Amino acid sequence: MIKGESKEVWSLNHFAFLVWWIIGLVFVEKWVEFSAELCSWLGNLVKLSRLLGEIHKRTLVKMSMNGKLYGSNCRLSANFRLKKAKETMHGPNSFRKWKRNLLFLWLLGFVSTGIIWFFLSFNSVSPEGNEKSPDSCEEKARILLQHFNVSKNQFHTLASFFYESDQIAFLECARHSGLKKQSSDGIACALKVLCSEKQDFKKQQMWFVKTTVLKDQCPVQVENIPTEHDLSLLEQDTSVSQNAVLLTSLEHHSGRKNILQRSALGVHSKDHCENLSFCMVKGCWLLLVGVILSCRIPGIRWKLRRNRKNEPAPLQPVAQQLQLLLQQKQHQQAQSPAKGAGKWRKKLLVIFVLLGILTSFWLFWHLNQKIILRREETLANMCDERARMLQDQFNVSMNHVNALAILVSTFHHGKHPSAINQKTFGEYTERTAFERPLTSGVAYALKVLHSEREQFEKQHGWTIKKMETEDQTLVQDCLTENLDPAPIKDEYAPVIFSQETVSHIVSIDMMSGKEDRENILRARATGKGVLTSPFKLLKSNNLGVVLTFAVYNKDLPPDATPDQRIEATVGYLGASYDVPSLVKKLLHQLASKQTIVVNVYDTTNASAPISMYGTDVTDTGLLHVSNLDFGDPLRKHEMHCRFKQKPPLPWTAINASLGVLVITLLVGHIFLAAISRIAKVENDYREMMELKARAEAADVAKSQFLATVSHEIRTPMNGVLGMLKMLMDTDLDAIQRDYAETAHASGKDLISLINEVLDQAKIESGKLELEDVPFDLRSLLDNVLSLSSDKSNGKGIELAVYVSDRVPEVVVGDPGRFRQIITNLVGNSIKFTQDKGHIFVSVHLVDEVKGAFDVGDKVLQQGLNLVQDMSSRTYNTLSGFPVVDRWKSWENFKVLNGKDTTEDPEKIKLLVTVEDTGVGIRLDAQARIFTPFVQADSSTSRHYGGTGIGLSISKHLVELMHGEIGFVSESGVGSTFSFTGAFGKGEASSLDPKWKQYDPAVSEFQGLGALVIDNRSIRAEVTRYHLRRLGISVDITSSIESACTYLSSTCGTSAFAHLALILIDKDVWNQETILQLRSLLKEHRQNGRLDVSTHVPKIFLLATSMSPAERSKLKTAGFVDNVLMKPLRLSVLIACFQEALGNGGKDQIQRKKTSTLGTLLRDKRILVVDDNKVNRRVAEGALKKCGAIVSCVERGRDALDKLKPPHNFDACFMDLQMPEMDGFEATRQIRSAESEVNKKIASGETSIEIYGNVSHWHIPILAMTADVIQATNEECMKCGMDDYVSKPFEEEKLYSTVARFFKSG
Amino acid sequence: MDVVNQLRRQFVDYYTSLHREGFVDDQFTQLQKLQDENSPDFVVEVASLFFEDCEKLINNMARALEQQQRVDFKQVDASVHQLKGSSSSIGAMRVKNVCIAFRSFCEAQNREGCLRCLQQVTHEYSLLKNKLQTLFRLEQQILAVGGSIPVVE
Repeated sequence: MIKGESKEVWSLNHFAFLVWWIIGLVFVEKWVEFSAELCSWLGNLVKLSRLLGEIHKRTLVKMSMNGKLYGSNCRLSANFRLKKAKETMHGPNSFRKWKRNLLFLWLLGFVSTGIIWFFLSFNSVSPEGNEKSPDSCEEKARILLQHFNVSKNQFHTLASFFYESDQIAFLECARHSGLKKQSSDGIACALKVLCSEKQDFKKQQMWFVKTTVLKDQCPVQVENIPTEHDLSLLEQDTSVSQNAVLLTSLEHHSGRKNILQRSALGVHSKDHCENLSFCMVKGCWLLLVGVILSCRIPGIRWKLRRNRKNEPAPLQPVAQQLQLLLQQKQHQQAQSPAKGAGKWRKKLLVIFVLLGILTSFWLFWHLNQKIILRREETLANMCDERARMLQDQFNVSMNHVNALAILVSTFHHGKHPSAINQKTFGEYTERTAFERPLTSGVAYALKVLHSEREQFEKQHGWTIKKMETEDQTLVQDCLTENLDPAPIKDEYAPVIFSQETVSHIVSIDMMSGKEDRENILRARATGKGVLTSPFKLLKSNNLGVVLTFAVYNKDLPPDATPDQRIEATVGYLGASYDVPSLVKKLLHQLASKQTIVVNVYDTTNASAPISMYGTDVTDTGLLHVSNLDFGDPLRKHEMHCRFKQKPPLPWTAINASLGVLVITLLVGHIFLAAISRIAKVENDYREMMELKARAEAADVAKSQFLATVSHEIRTPMNGVLGMLKMLMDTDLDAIQRDYAETAHASGKDLISLINEVLDQAKIESGKLELEDVPFDLRSLLDNVLSLSSDKSNGKGIELAVYVSDRVPEVVVGDPGRFRQIITNLVGNSIKFTQDKGHIFVSVHLVDEVKGAFDVGDKVLQQGLNLVQDMSSRTYNTLSGFPVVDRWKSWENFKVLNGKDTTEDPEKIKLLVTVEDTGVGIRLDAQARIFTPFVQADSSTSRHYGGTGIGLSISKHLVELMHGEIGFVSESGVGSTFSFTGAFGKGEASSLDPKWKQYDPAVSEFQGLGALVIDNRSIRAEVTRYHLRRLGISVDITSSIESACTYLSSTCGTSAFAHLALILIDKDVWNQETILQLRSLLKEHRQNGRLDVSTHVPKIFLLATSMSPAERSKLKTAGFVDNVLMKPLRLSVLIACFQEALGNGGKDQIQRKKTSTLGTLLRDKRILVVDDNKVNRRVAEGALKKCGAIVSCVERGRDALDKLKPPHNFDACFMDLQMPEMDGFEATRQIRSAESEVNKKIASGETSIEIYGNVSHWHIPILAMTADVIQATNEECMKCGMDDYVSKPFEEEKLYSTVARFFKSG
Repeated sequence: MDVVNQLRRQFVDYYTSLHREGFVDDQFTQLQKLQDENSPDFVVEVASLFFEDCEKLINNMARALEQQQRVDFKQVDASVHQLKGSSSSIGAMRVKNVCIAFRSFCEAQNREGCLRCLQQVTHEYSLLKNKLQTLFRLEQQILAVGGSIPVVE
C-alpha cells in the first residue's frame, strides 16, 4: 500500500515537473518573442524621439536665422510628418501585438493553474478511495478464510474426538459452544447447508452485479469500481453471515439493502460529478474574468488618455498659444496621471505577488495537512486492524479454553465414572493445541474444600502442595516433590489434569498463589474468563498471562448471582498465554508490517503500564492507540502503533506550492517588466508629446514668421525694385545697366519666391480657395508666354503655344492659379532646357485624347506619329529635336481610364501639356519631384537654382481644380508634363472687359488669307492656330519652292486675292528664293490686275532669336516687311500686322487701358473712414483722382451715422485700426443696422420709399489695411466686410477690387 | 526759359536724390500724380497734415516715454502705428522704417530702444520736413517763373 502510494506520488511529481517544464519553455519562448517585439518597438520610439529632437533643434536654429532658411525647415517638417505617419501606422500595430501577448499570458497562467488544481483535487479524491480498498479487502478475505478454517478444523477435531461418544453429550456440548461457532448456525445443519448457501451466495452475487450494471451509468464508473468491489466484498461478508441465520427471507431484504446502497453510491458519484463540473465552471469563470480584465484595463487607459488629449485648446494668439501649450505640457507633467496609473499598477502587482505567495504557502500547508491526515488515517486503520485481529484471535483462543472447561464439566463431572483422566486430558489437549496456538499450556484444578482435602489426597495419592512463592508465576523451574504441602485453608484448588507441557504443576494448589487465587475467585464469581497481569513465563522467558475459567457442575442461567456461581463451582481451568508470540504471529500475517511498530501494554494500572510486547522505539512523531478487549473487563490493554520511519518530506505539497510560487514570481516578473516598459513608453510618449508641442509651436511660429516676414520683406523689396527701375531709367552705361537689371530680376525672383512660399503655406493649411471667374484661356497663355519669352529667347529655345479648336474661348475657373501652374511648368522647362530645342504648351479637351484612333487634332497626331516613326532621322517636332511620348504622360490619369465617374456636363476637362527637350529627370528622382523642396537631385539647385517648391504647388493646385498631373521624362531627351483640370463653360459675353482688349483688332483681319512656309508641320500648325484666332485663313507649304508652285497654281483664284500675308520660318529662309518669291508675287499681282502697292502680300519672317541689328538689316534690305519674334502672341501679331497693313490700332488699345479706373469710379460717392489725417487725405486724393466723390470721417462712430440707411454712398473704405471703435466693430454695427432695415422692409413694416426705393441695403465696405496676412483678411470677411485693399493704394489692386462692386454701375 | 529749365533740372535732381536717399518712395510719386488742376496744392496739403500729425504724435510719445516707471507702451504703440500709417501714406520711407523698428521695441516694452527710436524718428522727421520744404520751395519757384512741374517717374 505504501509502495503504491509512493509510486503514485512519484508519478504525480513527475507529471507536475513536466508541466512546469513545458510552461517554462513556453514562457521563455514567448518572453523572448515578446521582448524582441518590445525592443523593436522601443527602437522605433527612440528613433522617432531622436528625430523629433533633431527637428526641434534644427527648427530653433533655423528660426533664429534668416528667412531663406526656413525653406529647409519646412522640408524638415515635411519629412517629419512623413516619418510620423509611418510611425503612427506602425505604433498601434505593435501595441496590439503586445496586448495579445498579455492576453496570452493570462490565458496560459489560468490554464496551467486550472490544470494543476484539477489534478490536485483529482489526486486528493481518488487515492483515498483507492488505497484503502485493496488492502482492507485482502485482509478481510484472509480473516474470513481464517474464521472459516477455524470452524472447519474444529468440526473436524470434534468429529474425530467424538466419533464414538454419545449423541446427547455431544449436543449439549455443541449447544454450549454455540457462542463460539458464530459463523455456522448449527453444526449438523451446517454441513448440509453449506452447499446451498454457496449457491445462494452465487445467485445473489449475480443479481447484485446486474443491479450494479443497471444502476450505475455515471461516467465516473471507472473511478468507483474499486469502491464497488470493496462494497461487494463487505456485502459478501454480511450476506454470508446473515444467510447462515436467515436463509430464505434474506434475499429480499439484502436486495433492498443493496438497492439502497447502490442508490447511495449513485448519489455519491453524482455528487462527485457535480463537484468536478463545478470546479471546471469556476475555473472557466475565473479565466473569463481575467481575460476581460486584461482586455479592459488597457482600453480604459486608452480612453483616459484620449480624454486627456481631447482637452479643448482655445483659439488664442500665437505667442500666447505657444506659451499655453508649453504650460499645458508642464501642467500635465506635474499632474502626471500616467505616473499615478503606473503606481496603481505597481500596487496591484505587489498585491498579486503577495497573493501568489500566500496562495503557495496555503497550498503547501493544505497539502501537507492532507498528507499528514492521510498518514494518520492509515496508521489508525492499520493499528485498529491489528488490535481487532489480536482481540479476535485472543477471543477465539479464549473460547476454546471455555469450550475445554465445558468439556471438562461435561465429561469429568457430568459423568460417573469420569470420562476423563489425566491421560485422556493430556492427549486431548495436546491434539487440540493447534486450536489454541497462543497458549503454552492448559491445566485443570479441582475445587477442594478443606473438609474434603484428606479424602482428596487419599484418592489421588498425593498431597496438595503450595506454590513456592506467592508471586504470579504459574510454573516454576523446580520439581513438585520439593514443594511444601499446602498450608491449611478453607479451600484448595489443586491441579489434577494438565497438558503435557505443564504436567509439573499437577497437585499444586492454585489458591496458594496470590495472583492465581484472585484470578480463581474472580473467575468463579463472574463465570467468565479472567486474566492475570502479565508476567514472565517460565520456559519461553516471554511475558505471558494466565486465563482462568471456572467449571460449574450444572448449567447456570446467564443471570446467575455470584453466590450461585461460587456454589456451583467444581473446578478451574487455566491456560497460559504467550503474548509476544501471539502478537508476532499475528503481525506476521499482515502486510506492511515493516512500516509500523506495535507495542502492547497492560494498562490496568494507568500510571504504570506494563509492556507486554514490543521494544522501546524512538518517537517518530505519530502515535495511534487502540484499545484491546480481551474479554476481561477488569484488565485493560492498549496497542500503540508507530511508523518505523519518520514521515518523508511532502514532495507533492512542496512541488505544487513551489510551482505556484514560481508561476506567481514569473508572472509578477513579466508584469513588472511590462509595467516598467509601459512606464518607459509612457515617459517617452510624454517626452515626444512635449517635443511635438514644441514642434507645433515652432510650426505656429513659422506661420507667424511667414506672415510677418512676407509683409515686411515685400514692403522694402518694393522699394528696392522701384529704385532699381528708376535707376535703370537714368543714364547708365552698359555694365551699370546690366548690374541694375540683374538686381531687379533677382528682386523679382525673391518676391515671387516669397509668394510661392506663402502659397505653399496656404495650401498646406488648406486655406487656398480657387476663384470661379470667366477668362480667356488663349490670351492667358499668350500672357504666360510673353513673360517667359525673355528667358527662352535668351537661351535660343523656341517657345510655342497651341490650343485645340475644340477648347471654348472662355472658360470659368481661377485664371491666376491656372497661370501659376503653367508658369511653373514652363519656367521649369526653360530652366532645364539648354540652348536647343523647344518648349511647347498645348491645350486640348480630355475628350480628344480619350479615343486614340480618331484623333482629329494635328498636334495630337504628331504625338502619335512620333511613336510610330522614331526611326526617321529628323523628328517631326517643333524644333526637330526628339521628345518623349506625350501620350505616356497622361496614361495613368483616372479621367482617361474611365475610373473617374463624376461626369459633369456643365464642366469641361482640359488637358494641358508642356513639352520640352530638356535634360530630363532621372528615373530614381521621378518619384519625388512633387514633394515640396525636393529637387531631382542636390546638384540641381546648384546648377539651375530654384527651391523645388513649384511642382509641389502645381500639384496641389491641379488637385484643387479636380485634375491630375503626370509626366513622362527621359534623361537626355526631355520631359513632358501633363495636367488636367475641370473648368466651367463660359459665355463670351460674361467675360471681364480686360480680356477683351483685342476684340476690335480681331475683326479687322477677318477674311484675310495667309501662307505659312515652314518645313515642320507642327510649327506650321502653331502658326496657323495663331492666325486663325485673328480670323485669317491659312495655307501651309513646306518650302519656298513649293510656295512658289502653290502661288502659281492658285493664281487668279479668290484665295490668292485674299492672300495678304506670307509667313516664312527662319529655317527655310533663303535670301535668293525670297527674292524669287517676291518677284513671283509682283508678277502674279500684275497679272491679276491688282494694285501692286496695296495688295502685294506682306512677307514676314518668323524667328526665335535674332538681334535687333539683324532685324533692321533685313527690314531695310527689303527682303521682308517685318520680323516676327517668337513666341507668337496675339498682341504682337496684331501690332505687326496693323503696322504692315497700315492700320493704327495702337492708340485704341492704349486708350482702353487708361480709362478703366476712371470710368469705374466716376461720380461714385465714397466714404473714407480713417483716423489718420494723412491717410485720409491721401485716400481721398487717390479716389478723387479717379473721379469719385469722396467724403471723409475720422471715427468709426461717425461712419455709423453716415451710413445709416437711407444714405447715398456707393462704397465705404474703412481703416481697421482706429481708436474707440475699430473698423471691424464699425462694420459689424453698420451691417446689423442694415439687416434691421432690410428686415423691416421685407416684413412691410416700413415702406420702401423711406429708404430711397432700395429694397436691400448692403453698402460695399472695403477694408484698408497695411497687412496682407490671411488671418486679417478672414477677420475682415467675418465681420461683414466685402474685401480689402492694401494701403497705400495700388492702382491695379484697387481696380480689381473695386471692379467687383461697380461692374454693373 | 533757361531759368525754368534750370529750376526744373534742379527740381528733378533734388527729387531723385530724395528718392535715392530713401526719404520718399513711390507713394510720394503717386501722391504727386494725384495732384492735378482740381487740387493744385494736394501734396503740400497732405505734407503739412503729415507734419502736424507727426509733431503731435512725437510729442505724445515723448511724453509717454518720459515716465521713468510704468511707461504706457500701449499708448506709445498706438502713436507709432499712427505715425507709421501716415508716413507710409505719404511715402516717407525712412520715417516708416524707423517706425517699424519702433514698434518692435514697443512690443518688447523696451524703454531704452523706444527712446532711441523716438530720437531717430524725430531726427528723420525733421530731416524730411527740411527736404520736403526745400522741394516745395523749388516747386513754388518753378510755378512762379511760369513753368510746369516736371513729372519724375
